[in-house]
Amino acid sequence: MKLTKMSLALAGLMAVAIPLATAQQINAAGASFPAVIYQKWFEEYRKMHTDVQINYQSIGSGGGIAQLTAGTVDFGASDMPMTDEQISKVTVKPLHFPSVLGGVVPTYNIAGVMQDLKFTPETLSGIFLGAITKWNDPRLAKDNPGVKFPNADIQVVHRSDGSGTTFVWTDYLSKVSPDWKSKVGVGASVNWPVGLGGKGNEGVAGTVKQTPNSIGYVELIYVVQNKMAYGSVKNASGSFVKADFNTVTDAAAAAAKNMPDDFRVSITNAAGKNAYPISSFTWLLIPSHIPDAAKAKTIKAFLQWMLADGQKYAAGLSYASLPKEVIAKEVKQIAKIQ
Amino acid sequence: MATPAVADTTVIGRRTTQTGDIVARLITFAFAASIILITFLLVWQLWSQSAPTRHKFGFAFLFTSTWNPVTEEFGALPFVYGTVVTSILALLISVPLGLGSAIFLSELAPAGISNALTFLIELLAAIPSVIYGLLALFTLVPLMRDYGEPFLKSTLGFLPWFKGPVYGLSLLTAGMVLSIMTIPFIISVSREALLAVPREQREAALALGATRWESTWQIVVPYAKLGILGSIFLGLARALGETMAVTMVIGNDPKIKASLFAPGYSIAAVIANEFSEATGKVYQSALIELGIVLFLLTIIINGVARLMIIATTKKGSKR
Repeated sequence: MKLTKMSLALAGLMAVAIPLATAQQINAAGASFPAVIYQKWFEEYRKMHTDVQINYQSIGSGGGIAQLTAGTVDFGASDMPMTDEQISKVTVKPLHFPSVLGGVVPTYNIAGVMQDLKFTPETLSGIFLGAITKWNDPRLAKDNPGVKFPNADIQVVHRSDGSGTTFVWTDYLSKVSPDWKSKVGVGASVNWPVGLGGKGNEGVAGTVKQTPNSIGYVELIYVVQNKMAYGSVKNASGSFVKADFNTVTDAAAAAAKNMPDDFRVSITNAAGKNAYPISSFTWLLIPSHIPDAAKAKTIKAFLQWMLADGQKYAAGLSYASLPKEVIAKEVKQIAKIQ
Repeated sequence: MATPAVADTTVIGRRTTQTGDIVARLITFAFAASIILITFLLVWQLWSQSAPTRHKFGFAFLFTSTWNPVTEEFGALPFVYGTVVTSILALLISVPLGLGSAIFLSELAPAGISNALTFLIELLAAIPSVIYGLLALFTLVPLMRDYGEPFLKSTLGFLPWFKGPVYGLSLLTAGMVLSIMTIPFIISVSREALLAVPREQREAALALGATRWESTWQIVVPYAKLGILGSIFLGLARALGETMAVTMVIGNDPKIKASLFAPGYSIAAVIANEFSEATGKVYQSALIELGIVLFLLTIIINGVARLMIIATTKKGSKR
C-alpha cells in the first residue's frame, strides 16, 4: 500500500514537473514605465503559447541595460536609447525595438486657476531654469489670455528618482532651450537649478497637489489614470497640442520619416501639426544574435505578435500605440536577429 | 556509597558537556564569524566598486557640494548634512517624548493601561516606512506649511534656522517624521530597561523618604541608564538609515542651507532614488561611495555614543 501511494505521489510530481521542464523560460528586465503593458503582453502571449513563459522584472532602464550587458537576461528594456559607449560594452550588439510610446505633461496647482494652461518652449524652460519666477509673468499671461494668474512665486517640482520621464523632459528642454542644454543637459537625473524633488510620478503629483502655486511634470499615463488637469505645449509647427494617445502617436509618425535604421531616436519637439512635442518611444533591447535557436525563434515570434495584435492592448492600458510607418520598419528589423 | 555515585554522574555529565561544549562552541563561532565575514565582504565590495570616484575626486568627494550626474561631478557634503541634521532633529524631539512615555508606562501607569499602550506602541514600530512617508506627505506637510513653520517663523524667526520661504517639504518635516518613527523604539526598549530595575531600589528610596518622582528620576532612571542610552542609539540608527519616509518629505534638493525650512537630501534617499537609473561607471561609483560615507558616519556616531556611555558610567560609579 505504502509503495503504491509513494509511486502515485511520484507520478503526480512528475506530471507537474514535466510541463514545467518543457516550458521555455525567457527572462527580461528593464524599464518600469512600460512594465504594465509588458506584463499584459507576456501573459496574453502565454495564453496562446502555453509552452512559452517570459518573465519581466521592472527594475529600471539602467538596470535593464546593466543586466543585458552582464548577460543575465535574454533581453532588456529601456526608456532611453543606449549610447554608443553602452553598446560597445555588450558582447552581442543589441537591436532597439520601439514597443509603445509615452508622453510627459506639465501639471500644476495654481490658486484660482481652473483652466487648462498653454505653455511654450520658452515659458517651460524659463520656469524650470528659474528665470521665470512668478505666475503673473507677462510671458505666461501672453499665451493664456483670460487666465487670472496670481502674483505668487512659482514652485517647481521635479522627479527625485532617476527616470525615463526625466530623461524625456530634459531631452525636450535641451532641444528647445540652448540655455538648458549648456547649464543642465539631458539625463535620467540632472542637477536641477530650482525646485523640490518628489519620488516617482506619485511623489511629483502628490507634491504638486500639496504645494500651492506649483508646477511639475508626470507621465501622461499617470494623469489619465488619475484624471488630473494638465497643460498643452506649443510644438515645433507652432500649434498648442494637448497630450493624448493620438497626439503622442502623431509625434512618432512625424518623426518616422527621418528615423535612423537602428531606431535610436529622440522624437521630442517633433514637427507635425498634431504632434505632441514631449513624447518618446520606449524600447525593447534584443540581442542581434541569440545562440539558442529555439529561444531566437520564440523571441522573433513574440516581436511579430507585439507589433501586430499586441498594439491593440496599448490604449486600454493608457499607452500610445506605434504608428504604422514605424511598425513596418520594425518588422524588417526582426530578420536581423539570428 | 553516596559519594562515588555523585562523582560518577559528574564525570558522565562532564564528558557530555565537554563534547557538547565543543560542538556548541564551533557552531556559535561559525555564526559569529559569518557576521564578521559579511561585514568585511560588504565593506570590501563598497570599497572596490567605488574605485572610480575615489580615484577621481579623492577626499574632495566629502567636502564638495555639487551633484551633477550629467557632467559627472559628485560631492557628498549636502547629503551628509541632510542625514546628520534630520537625525539630530529626530532625536531632539523623540528622546524627551519617548523617555517620558517610557517612565509613565513603567513607573506610573496602572498595569492594564501600560500593557495596552505598549502593545499599540509596538504596532507603531511594525508599520512600513513608506506608510509613514505617504501619511506625512499628505497630512504633516500641509500642517507644517500652513501652521507649524509659519508659527516658528513668527516666534523664533530671528534665528538663522527659522528663516526663509516655507514649502512644507523641509529638513524640519523630515526630522519630525523620523522622530515619530524612532519614538516606538525608544519607548519599548527604555520601558524594558526601567522594568528591569530591581524592586528593592525603589523600595529603598521610598523608605529613605523620597517621593515617587524622586525615586523614579534619581534612582530608577540612572539605574536603567545603559538600557535607555541603548534605546536612543537604536532610534538613531533607524533615523540615519531611513530612506522612504525621508525622501517623501525632505524635498530632495542637494543644497546646504542654514534654514530648517529649506528642502534637503539624505544619503539613503539619494541612493534609493538614483541607483536604479544610474548609468555610467562614475555615477554608480559615486552612489556606492555614498554608501561608504553612510557606513563611516554610522561607525563614527556609534563610536562617539560608546565613548559617551563609558564616560557617563564611570562618572556614575565614582559618585
